[in-house]
Amino acid sequence: MQTIGQQLINGLSLGSIYALLALGYTMVYGIIKLINFAHGDIYMLGAFWGYYVINVLHVNFIVALLSAMVFCALVGVVIEAVAYRPLRHSPRITALITAIGVSFLLENGMSYLFTANTRNFPQVIKTTTWHFAGMHISNIQVLILGTACLLMLILELIIKRTKMGKAMRAVSVDPTAAQLVGINLNHTISFTFALGSAMAGAAGVLIGLYYNSIDPLMGMTPGIKAFVAAVIGGIGSVPGASLGGFIIGLLETGVQAIGLSAYKDAVVYVVLIVILLVLPAGIFGKNVKEKV
Amino acid sequence: MLNVTDLVVNYGAIQAVKQVSFEIHTGEIVTLIGANGAGKSTILQTISGIMRPKSGQMTYLGHPIQKTSAPKIVQAGISQVPEGRHVFPGLSVQENLQMGAFLRKDRSAIKQAYADVYQYFPVLKQRRHQDAATLSGGEQQMLAMGRALMAAPKLMLLDEPSMGLAPIFINEIFEIIKAINAAGTTVLLIEQNAKKALSIADRGYVLASGHIKLSGTGQDLLANQAVQQAYLGG
Ligand SMILES: Nc1ncnc2c1ncn2[C@@H]1O[C@H](COP(=O)(O)OP(=O)(O)OP(=O)(O)O)[C@@H](O)[C@H]1O
Ligand SMILES: [Mg+2]
Repeated sequence: MQTIGQQLINGLSLGSIYALLALGYTMVYGIIKLINFAHGDIYMLGAFWGYYVINVLHVNFIVALLSAMVFCALVGVVIEAVAYRPLRHSPRITALITAIGVSFLLENGMSYLFTANTRNFPQVIKTTTWHFAGMHISNIQVLILGTACLLMLILELIIKRTKMGKAMRAVSVDPTAAQLVGINLNHTISFTFALGSAMAGAAGVLIGLYYNSIDPLMGMTPGIKAFVAAVIGGIGSVPGASLGGFIIGLLETGVQAIGLSAYKDAVVYVVLIVILLVLPAGIFGKNVKEKV
Repeated sequence: MLNVTDLVVNYGAIQAVKQVSFEIHTGEIVTLIGANGAGKSTILQTISGIMRPKSGQMTYLGHPIQKTSAPKIVQAGISQVPEGRHVFPGLSVQENLQMGAFLRKDRSAIKQAYADVYQYFPVLKQRRHQDAATLSGGEQQMLAMGRALMAAPKLMLLDEPSMGLAPIFINEIFEIIKAINAAGTTVLLIEQNAKKALSIADRGYVLASGHIKLSGTGQDLLANQAVQQAYLGG
């Protein structure tokens, strides 16, 4: 019972980071039908940004988090404008390959500029661990889960309540009709990249705190897992991405807890396959609507 | 108000609109009728800035618009109600209307626009919190028209508003088009329901395979034998 509770907490805090990352995949896919393979690398950039501003500028956690979000939002907007926008009317495979290229560029560019070494993420917040009903809960875990949930809530409000959020949804369901009411596609797409990348930047800082180590290739595996999370949840669905992230986080910690650490990544893919066999469009995925 | 001269529009190698010229004067209802594939929707998409002409001129209130972007066209006062309605599923009725006013900033004018739309289409008010996807075809047509009205257009482009609707809805839609026009909006109406369209139009153009074949007042075209045979079922 205690172990289950413990794993639940570990899984939720890790899962909340995957959820933040998965949101970016799903929003970008929703709006331009592109799997942004460079998304995991934006998360890496967010972690490095946090590393530098904390070490060099000695800022606190909140400033590190917010500035990483702003920085990554800008990076996301620039990547879209430079790499993806010129390919908007090209076959999808072209944009997909470009996304993989951007990913390599960011990974190798960072390794080249700042070396590929793994470094310790500064412990900007002193860890304290609470013992509670036989479980160990650290303040970092609570902070990660709380921050991630707060950000997801804010994102949900932006998408559901604001005019730009509604414009995003309008563009994802019907770009031509959106233009006919005067919505600017480029602005809306940039806005989507900014939001998704800001979430990735936050996830980068949070993972730095969680695992305490960062390196230029750190975005690869979590990037793929977050993508899987987005697919499990139903790619294009925002609540689906959050749920998918938590499922992956819980699975991963659960599998580790029963002593199958070596298989934790494999299990993620098995679950992906099983879910897609049962629900081809993912948990919250809409089946493609028939034209009436 | 709108002058289209020698408009040519292509889809790749296919020429969909071939040297089309027509004009719309302020305050008119002008209808463009023609069979499937004649190029009617293509003309509207080109006016709205979604498609670019291969050649030809379009001037609106004296300004050339063939290179103007879609949002700028809406800003300038041309709104389109697209063929097949294209309301935004997943957004409520009210949110769809809000998107119609996307470029407007004046809150009190927007509030007035909601009131006007709800007056034209009371059913939209009843259903304002409902997902647009759950509306019936006729209601979706009303929503698409309401959404276009939210931009306070000077010129409204309507692409086959009666398509697929029950007769009672068709009558209602045509009545409202007349009312919208009477309230000061110029209308370009595309229809396959040529009889109805010509009966409310000041003037009409007959389009066949990318060319203007005939033009005249609504009444003249209704009385025209060629039009009767081709479009009015004899
Ligand atoms: N996306 C497209 N790609 C290639 N050809 C197209 C495309 N859309 C339309 N066409 C062609 O252009 C021509 C004009 O089409 P358009 O949709 O403008 O006709 P329409 O008069 O609106 O017809 P309908 O009454 O069926 O709506 C047709 O021959 C059509 O096949
Ligand atoms: Mg058409």
